[in-house]
Amino acid sequence: MRQFEYKRAENTRGAVHAHAGQASAYLAGGTTLIDLVKLDIMQPERLVDVNRLDLADIEHSDGGTLKIGAMVRNTTLAYDQTVQTDYSVLSEALLQGASRQLRNRATTGGNVMQRVRCSYFRDGVSPCNKREPGSGCSAIDGHNREVFAVLGTSEHCIAVHPSDMCVAMAAIGATVHLASADSERAVDFLDFHRLPGDTPHIEHDLKDDELITHITLDAPIKGAGSTYIKLRDRSSYQFALASCAAIVALDGDTIREARIALGGVGTKPWRCKQAEAALQGASATDESFKQAAQIAMEGATPYKHNAFKIPLARKAIVRALRDAAERARRSAGEPT
Amino acid sequence: MSRSASIIGAAVSRIDGPDKLTGRARYAGDFHPEGMTYAYGVYSTIARGRVVSIDTQAAMRCPGVLDVFHHGNFPSLHRSPASFAEENVVDEKRVPFEDDEVFYAGQFVALVVADSFEHARAAAYQVKVTYDEDTNTVATLAQAMEKRGSTHANDSERGDPEGAYQSAPHQVDATYTTPVETHNPMETHTTVARWIDGKLEVWDSTQGVVFTRNTLSKVFDLDPSRVIVHADFIGSGFGGKLWVWPHCIATAGAARELGRPVQFVLPRQQMFTTSGHRPETSQHVRLAADNDGTLLSIRHENVNSTSHVGTVVEACAGSTEGLYKCDNLRISHATSITDRGTPTAMRAPGAGVGLFALESAMDELAVKLGMDPLELRRKNFTDRDPGADLPYSSNHLLECYDRAAESFGWSRRTPGVGSMRDGDKIIGWGMAACNWDAMRNPCDARVTLHDDGSASVHCASQDIGTGTYTVLAQIASAELDLPLDRIDIKLGDSTFPHGPISGGSWATASLLPAVAEAARAAIDKIKEYAGKAGSPLADADPNDFVYEKGMVKDGHGKAVSIADILKPQQLASATGEAHTGGAPDSGYSFGSFGTHFVEITWEPAIAQLKVTRVVSAIDAGQIINQKSARNQVEGAIVMGMSSALFEATEYDERNARPVNNNYAEYLVPVNADMPQLDVILLDHPDYELNEFGARGIGEIGLTGMQAAVANAVYHATGKRVRDLPVMLDKLMDETE
Repeated sequence: MRQFEYKRAENTRGAVHAHAGQASAYLAGGTTLIDLVKLDIMQPERLVDVNRLDLADIEHSDGGTLKIGAMVRNTTLAYDQTVQTDYSVLSEALLQGASRQLRNRATTGGNVMQRVRCSYFRDGVSPCNKREPGSGCSAIDGHNREVFAVLGTSEHCIAVHPSDMCVAMAAIGATVHLASADSERAVDFLDFHRLPGDTPHIEHDLKDDELITHITLDAPIKGAGSTYIKLRDRSSYQFALASCAAIVALDGDTIREARIALGGVGTKPWRCKQAEAALQGASATDESFKQAAQIAMEGATPYKHNAFKIPLARKAIVRALRDAAERARRSAGEPT
Repeated sequence: MSRSASIIGAAVSRIDGPDKLTGRARYAGDFHPEGMTYAYGVYSTIARGRVVSIDTQAAMRCPGVLDVFHHGNFPSLHRSPASFAEENVVDEKRVPFEDDEVFYAGQFVALVVADSFEHARAAAYQVKVTYDEDTNTVATLAQAMEKRGSTHANDSERGDPEGAYQSAPHQVDATYTTPVETHNPMETHTTVARWIDGKLEVWDSTQGVVFTRNTLSKVFDLDPSRVIVHADFIGSGFGGKLWVWPHCIATAGAARELGRPVQFVLPRQQMFTTSGHRPETSQHVRLAADNDGTLLSIRHENVNSTSHVGTVVEACAGSTEGLYKCDNLRISHATSITDRGTPTAMRAPGAGVGLFALESAMDELAVKLGMDPLELRRKNFTDRDPGADLPYSSNHLLECYDRAAESFGWSRRTPGVGSMRDGDKIIGWGMAACNWDAMRNPCDARVTLHDDGSASVHCASQDIGTGTYTVLAQIASAELDLPLDRIDIKLGDSTFPHGPISGGSWATASLLPAVAEAARAAIDKIKEYAGKAGSPLADADPNDFVYEKGMVKDGHGKAVSIADILKPQQLASATGEAHTGGAPDSGYSFGSFGTHFVEITWEPAIAQLKVTRVVSAIDAGQIINQKSARNQVEGAIVMGMSSALFEATEYDERNARPVNNNYAEYLVPVNADMPQLDVILLDHPDYELNEFGARGIGEIGLTGMQAAVANAVYHATGKRVRDLPVMLDKLMDETE
């Protein structure tokens, strides 16, 4: 029997102390961790249960930002009044993720930390640079249709970051707050996840002696409309083939500000700043949206089975921008 | 006889429903004999090669481990003859741990037995196996046909299909391919085995207790009377549990070696390797027709994937011979060997994928002819089976077409591709015929009238979740004139009177006559006792005896209960037994027929495909239970839709390992994918097949669904998808 130690942390300091210097894993919702432990893909020697930590609140904080505790469950976050009103893109993204049962368990911090769904990572046998650094990537020349990326890939890893929630957060703009035993630091959400490069086993900017305590969402863009479009084979309980979180603010018919982030196509939650820049000041038309979609997918690398994701992502972008602009118009009370 | 007819055809709720809801219903894994141990497999990670070494030292040191079995220490067993006539079919003929050879990824290479499931699994992860791998693996049917060619299995021909094709004014020539699909019943394969005094007792998730008993008796060289197999409840099987698979033999063998009961539950991942799947098929269809749509030639030639350790022929053209009137026909089947596990029957084997090809080709022909696809099918209808050269006993396919088309609104269809719209969505309407053999197998049954006024029915068949318990109770209730709650149905025990496997949609047609006849024999028996000395009716004329509502009446209206008849004879019960035969040789061909009409929407801007509406009309003879029959057809439609849109076991082309071997990545529909379903059951009794006029209902609803969906997709998009499943990337324009 593979033995592991179980520690229930009573506070943040205790949690990071227990986690540091061990082959440890934080246990939050457990929806990824327990699965991978049972498959013998992750072999933590110590589980640090963070479910008792006082990190389950959603609070307004300075400058109109929203502070979300790391232990806030996905279901709670999706149905939070403020999130539904000011960050509907986040609520929509959460509700299109996983299943109700999983969302009831899954946490905000855990969602950020979820592992990839690559079958070669999960089979415990195939070469995989994430599981066994230096062993190679089986997906590049293997079966790579569903959960494989076209953006941010490297010759060492092409696995998609599977989260929906993170895509919405990438579009909204957010900060990840990390605590260690004696200090705290904040990381821009877009910098938290790492591109695989030649170190795909390093997935994020969380150190061994740190814990995600909360995530702060930027203040909502005034008057903006937003939405999350998730495209997949079946209607529920499937990771995105391509998804888009879009936020659009208008001055009349001119785009004042736009945000685009993509899921299902990137090795990390994928923000499209160049496409956003192209939209700023443009008129809110399908032409503009299509052009932005072109820019967003420039440089994408297709693999054997997932080339369709490039046009599919463009479709998600155009539809999300169109719907977000439509909502912005409506909220401005203009005739549609 | 006083059959109360009202209960036959009624919408009776499952009699086993409360047991299932409350957990009283016990599945194989719910049996925990004294001293139970638990087994977990170690599975080959290579598809082809040899096991060089198995290091079990670390595993043996793990807590709770009792033993680790592998080819080096497993007892030498025997193979099963794999005969349907002898009722000992196996599709994977090799016995586990026979030698060091590996034929597919996921093959058992070791079995760890420990005092708990967790201990066994943890230890299994510690078994270190080294292989001599043959890296020149064959992962797909295409690779197999290219590298290994194919082996002819069978063919059939009538008329001059080639000549008629060449001279016809209209032709269709197309190849259709279908992927491996994996049975994914909720309950994975489970075996609990124990040996007592040289007798083997097995609780198994099987669709056939008799077949499993016979197979195990061959493998362990035991008299069949020394093997008992139980399957009270099965968490469905879809054909995957028809025959014995390696895990069952491995478990029974380990139990014998250890002298303790062993429980084994196949992990979900291994459902994709070592317990069968629907094989991959490549189907070449050539049709030719006259200007008015009359079919002049049909050819349907097929190759399917099989394994090194078992040859399974998928009878893709099984329905092709008899569905349409056509004098010139050729069908053939061949197999090609991949380095994958052995395929097996999966719900509607043969026609399930075969009608995808034939009914897609019919749609292609209709397009070429500029003819309504429904009219093309009506035009070529036959009430005679041209394959068997016999009239159908009962074929109401034309009525199916009429009623489904009417309910669907088919007359409002505009034929042009993409011509029907709903805002941003394009609507597609497609249809196809469906067909399944109506089979019946020999069956024994025992019916017992007890002195408390209840009755019990025994048969060594099974209820695999389809409602067999319930329809048998209905029949017994009708024959014995007793309320349903006085009837106890006992199935799933190989010691009961011989019953057939639950497959091929033949359970209802086979079991009902046997149970009815046994019930009548029991009534005769109680009448016989009623006339005996000491009976309250001893002085009456036995010729006047009438059985009614658990009582025997004489000619003067004097009624005596079963208890009062049995008591003077010092008997507890009156038993009737029956043996009924297979399908009668009465000069008829037996089949079930039907049609699906499907509406899909395709939204090109976001590449989203949905099946929104299905209307199906099914002619499956007398419907015994409106509720369970509808449930069967609806389930089959959903499974057919699943096959059309989602299901495919994907293998890595480099090493033949399945890559989507879990419920997250092997897609089946979720509730949000459900279309509006409208099932019309025709309910015309087929008394040529049996006295109840009932044919089977489990499989027909799946057949033709993929074609109906693909035809609707063509109507919407102009894209003819000939390789299943129809996924969105196949419908997107390359230029986008």
